[in-house]
Amino acid sequence: MADMGDGGGGHDKKGKKKKGSPRVDMTPMVDLGFLLITFFMLTTTLSKPQSMELNMPDKTDTKEQTPTKATHSLTVILGKEDKVFYFIGTPKDAKEGDLMQQTDFSSAGIRKIILDKTKEIGGDDKGVPMIVVVIKAMDDSKYKNMVDILDEMHITNSKRYAIVDLLPEEIELTKKFDI
Amino acid sequence: MPKVKVKRKGVALDMTAMCDVAFLLLTFFILATTSKPAEAVVVDTPTSISQTKLPESDIILISVSQDGKVFFGIDGQATRIDVLERIGKQKSMPFTDKQKIAFSLMDSFGLPLNQLQSFLSKDVNLRNKIEQPGIPVDSAANELQDWLLNGRYSNTRVRIAIKGDRGADYKVMKRVIATLQDQNINRFNLVTGLEAKPEGTVE
Repeated sequence: MADMGDGGGGHDKKGKKKKGSPRVDMTPMVDLGFLLITFFMLTTTLSKPQSMELNMPDKTDTKEQTPTKATHSLTVILGKEDKVFYFIGTPKDAKEGDLMQQTDFSSAGIRKIILDKTKEIGGDDKGVPMIVVVIKAMDDSKYKNMVDILDEMHITNSKRYAIVDLLPEEIELTKKFDI
Repeated sequence: MPKVKVKRKGVALDMTAMCDVAFLLLTFFILATTSKPAEAVVVDTPTSISQTKLPESDIILISVSQDGKVFFGIDGQATRIDVLERIGKQKSMPFTDKQKIAFSLMDSFGLPLNQLQSFLSKDVNLRNKIEQPGIPVDSAANELQDWLLNGRYSNTRVRIAIKGDRGADYKVMKRVIATLQDQNINRFNLVTGLEAKPEGTVE
């Protein structure tokens, strides 16, 4: 459907056609162009996935392990069905004093507890919070729970936390919450 | 007075400029985007408030599906071939050139070593239909460890990222993380989706 403009304007000189750029109808070409744009816009992803950096303690290096006071450590245990258990101190204290409590991932749940405990325990002479959050995930908890609790660490700005394996006595302790 | 009839004429618009714009945009989109790679497994990542971007190159991506299958992927076709050659040497399983090329085109895979050769020899369309059983990570036969080690030999600048499904059991994640730690990899990335920061975030 090319429209050839004024075509044969050969009045000036005999036999010779007027030289001029022929007018080409661009409409189908534009259509095609926009069709391809739409296709590429829909099929491609511009956004790169986010990621969260995780540092685990070195297993082989035992020198750098710093002892922390039992009263400064908050143990958070992730259970099945998004359950969260927590206690302050050592597992032994928790067992003897029946300190373990249950909470959830809502903002009034574990987040409030971490913030409250951070305030309660307070900072050292430099003002750095002394709380250490020990995260222990049970085998039947989900990966989402782990990411959620790491997120809570960022939200509450808790710099000192560690992911540690669960102890058998702690599993025992969580059993009292099973109905 | 007779009515002045305006003769309707087809307006010939000059489309050249519009066409230029269209193709400019088209070129931009072709160059600026990378097509979504076909993944061996669908992974629904959990969301987090973290804003760190995942590096685009030099990355080993370990995917964990909802049912606990582990998949391994490394970027770069040449790197992939190199990894496969190293694995083949280590396990004395020679791979043919055709298998190597097939392997270099796979973004991620989840097959035990003994099934890999027959899988790679199959036709592409047939391959996509096969449900991959995942790479063994249990302590008896931890093949993920071999892949990781050889991957890190092939590309020494590589970073490790774990892309876990939100519903994956922590048990599997624990095994994967333990495998990483066994090789003294203590820094790695967890791939997450974006989530808005909640109120009361301590800055």
